Amino acid sequence: MRLLGLIRKEALQILRDPSSIAIAFLMPVILLLLFGYGVSLNAKHIPLAVVADAPDAQSAGLFAAFRHSQYFYVRTEPDLTHARQALRSRQVQAIVHLSSDFSAALMNTNRQAPVQLIVNGVDANQARLIQGYVTAAWQGWMVARTQQQGHEFKTPVALSTRVWFNPELRSRDYLVPGLIAVIMTLIGALLTALVMAREWERGTLEALMVTPLRLNELLLGKLIPYFVLGMGGMALSVAMAVWLFDVPLRGSLWVLTLTSAIFLITALGMGLLISIMARNQFVASLLAIITTFLPAFMLSGFIFDIGSMPNWLQVLTHVIAARYFVVILHTVFLAGDVWPVILPNTLAMLVLAAVFLGISRRRIRKSLE
Amino acid sequence: MHHEAPTISPLPQSGLGDDEPYAIITQDVHKRFGGDKRPIQAIDGISIRVRPGQVTGLIGPDGAGKTTLMRLIAGLLTPDSGSLTVLGMDVRTQALDVQSSLGYMPQHFGLYEDLTVQENLNLYADLQGLPHAQRPARYQQLLAMTGLAPFTNRLAGRLSGGMKQKLGLACTLVRPPRLLLLDEPTVGVEPVSRRELWQIVYQLVADEGMSVLLSTAYLDEAERCADVILVHEGRVLGQGDPAHFTRFLEHRVYCVRQKTGLKRHLQARINAESAVMDAVIDGDCVRAILKPDTPPPTIADVCWRLLPPRFEDAFVVHLQEQVRTDTPQVTPVEDLPLAAGQPVNQSPVIEVHNLTRRFGRFIAVDNLSFSVQRGEIFGLLGANGAGKSTTFRMLCGLLPASSGQLSVAGMDLHTAAAKARARIGYMSQRFALYEVLSCEQNLKFFARTYGLKGQQQAERIAWAIRSFDLEPYRHTNSGILPLGFKQRLAMAAALMHKPEILFLDEPTSGVDPIERRAFWNRINALADQGVTILITTHFMDEAEYCDRLVIMSRGAILAEGSPSDIRALARTDEHPNPRMEDAFIHLVTERPIGEAGTKHA
Repeated sequence: MRLLGLIRKEALQILRDPSSIAIAFLMPVILLLLFGYGVSLNAKHIPLAVVADAPDAQSAGLFAAFRHSQYFYVRTEPDLTHARQALRSRQVQAIVHLSSDFSAALMNTNRQAPVQLIVNGVDANQARLIQGYVTAAWQGWMVARTQQQGHEFKTPVALSTRVWFNPELRSRDYLVPGLIAVIMTLIGALLTALVMAREWERGTLEALMVTPLRLNELLLGKLIPYFVLGMGGMALSVAMAVWLFDVPLRGSLWVLTLTSAIFLITALGMGLLISIMARNQFVASLLAIITTFLPAFMLSGFIFDIGSMPNWLQVLTHVIAARYFVVILHTVFLAGDVWPVILPNTLAMLVLAAVFLGISRRRIRKSLE
Repeated sequence: MHHEAPTISPLPQSGLGDDEPYAIITQDVHKRFGGDKRPIQAIDGISIRVRPGQVTGLIGPDGAGKTTLMRLIAGLLTPDSGSLTVLGMDVRTQALDVQSSLGYMPQHFGLYEDLTVQENLNLYADLQGLPHAQRPARYQQLLAMTGLAPFTNRLAGRLSGGMKQKLGLACTLVRPPRLLLLDEPTVGVEPVSRRELWQIVYQLVADEGMSVLLSTAYLDEAERCADVILVHEGRVLGQGDPAHFTRFLEHRVYCVRQKTGLKRHLQARINAESAVMDAVIDGDCVRAILKPDTPPPTIADVCWRLLPPRFEDAFVVHLQEQVRTDTPQVTPVEDLPLAAGQPVNQSPVIEVHNLTRRFGRFIAVDNLSFSVQRGEIFGLLGANGAGKSTTFRMLCGLLPASSGQLSVAGMDLHTAAAKARARIGYMSQRFALYEVLSCEQNLKFFARTYGLKGQQQAERIAWAIRSFDLEPYRHTNSGILPLGFKQRLAMAAALMHKPEILFLDEPTSGVDPIERRAFWNRINALADQGVTILITTHFMDEAEYCDRLVIMSRGAILAEGSPSDIRALARTDEHPNPRMEDAFIHLVTERPIGEAGTKHA
């Protein structure tokens, strides 16, 4: 009766408080739209300046190769000075410069033809991408040119690439599933921490504590409503991912639901732990954002590859539940029910859930201290 | 009724046997907060016994430790040492059993504001395990008792303060507890609701034999309790029935009157007499307490009439004798813009016409008009939510008016230049100084913001520290000052630039009666030097210090005039000498009020 009463109260509060609904349903929609449409890790139409000190058929051929590439938007500059100016003023991201002896060196089999590439390295990631695209473009041009001359272009090794799971290399297909982990962290940890802190602030918890209410009931009374709310947010996110963004769901739905439920319990555990420590909404929201939301965003491998982080940071990511859930999400959405991946990660989440809930249960007191 | 040793002894050596089932027994309870660096001893060895089946008042000023003691009794805090037995159970080991049999209403009523009245009741019925079969009858009973029956579908957050208080009470009573703990249920609630709450409490004691422990900072409520525990600074000053606290003051309390002149001048004169321990303005006269066995001094044109002592008299005397040997010396506030003795100018310095302020559909201030003369002490009296602070903020230019005209020193401060604002001083309701700065640093900061530099600044700071006796705390961080000193510092900061008009928003909230006296002495001195003072308060008796006042309720003015004019409104044959509170209740109940009223139609 006590537990039911608490759940009923919490449900009524959620229904009446637009901010809970907003965090649970509006926030996922906004984040998904933002990441689904706004953020793309693929670079396309990069503005590129091309400069030939002595324009001729050879240089024009190479530039045409750049023009045909979908990755570049090419503008021709009369000389290097103008091109540098354009790079400085961020009108272009890179310059391909052919010196006046390019054609001569190209014709001479004993010499290598010099191609100078100047890249704006402010965004290191983008710079590396440009490097790769430029290399691919001139290699393509080399192959075509050799074939035109009736020779076969031959390198000692031939690389044949096939992309699995995401053959079109659409970044959206892997951003959107990863985002679900972030959204559920938000609902589970932030919302739970906030509503508990609100009860502290308004003094309602003080009144609750002097009733025959048991601590387990208090914890469950908070967990259950927000578990339901979080699963609702999850369902909405998955529906948007599949139907709006055409992300394939190759694994089974029940695996997704079950692992999500386990992750959500971990997130709720973190939220409860925060709310036991922080008794006002400001501190609670800061703590929740710094200890749960930001790590889920940055250290989970959702956007930034964990393998390229320094070792100490990699070690740290092991206590971040989102890390395991992101791997599961990527696998279930794009690869399928790959048990050797799903099982150990699920186990790790279960351990974390037990730790957070365990600490919460031990720390919570029917006391104002 | 049990009668014990009449004086305020540390603890009455109870004539009852130990086998008498007390509702609450505490034995030498200690509780401190904060780290080892700055421990605050909230409860410093409290031993009390609360008898069943009556109302026991836990009385003391803010910071006395009332709330902490309540929470200890409710098992919400663990004592550092000592024992607590509630209804025969040890609170430490049987907290849950204790909590199952008591009802506790915390200071902010513990209501869920986004649930309706009925939903709040349902929640507490679920939590307290009231069987469904018994609910309809119990709800009906509680709603009838509190007058909330017409409002069951209203959100708790949209109830008036008095109704919230009654709903909070109803929630704790859903399953009748054997012991009821009420933590400051009447603070900031308007007098009509206060009176109604007391009626409910008496009814509970009479009908259900409930034991009630009620804490309050209003000393006049002591007289409504069967037994009173007086606490101050974490210690019990005494326990007994209210009459016993005042018995030793019989034949020592007088009403002093003179035919002409301002009451506050008479008060200052009486206070200066060596035979007088305390003098305050009380209705039409000055209430003076004499030293033991001293006849009233003879002063020309002044008559003395004996009064029955009140609880506050006893408390003040007690504090002066035991806790503080030196009463705060009030150094005259010197060096203000207008020379003392300058005649009170008749041109109004503050004029307000049809002032209205809306927040969405809510009308916080409704068509207000009044004017204040130079050198006047003008009061805005009303309960929490009456619109006092909103009016203030508009006058100070912190908030634009929705409609109407206002002028302060000939200007509308909302549009006037900073120069005009330099002519007013403002002391806000909450302590608005920098808690991590020392007193001196705070004063320096405020002096600088008003453009005081060099020699002038040094002089003003020296003046503030001298006039407000801040020397011992000069280098103490203001955040850890005692409440009374915080208030002094805030007032000093507001006076740094010698303002002509001083706005004081609830300045005496929570400070003990002795500090309040010192505060009013300073205000009186300022007014005599031509400073115009506007003050808001919810203490009815403080209204007596004002030259003129308005009584506000729900954003509107119910009455305007001198304290005696307003009291006269409530004068009837059976009630020839109404107090300000009676007048307030009279005004509020006489006027038709909206359906949100606390009256049940």
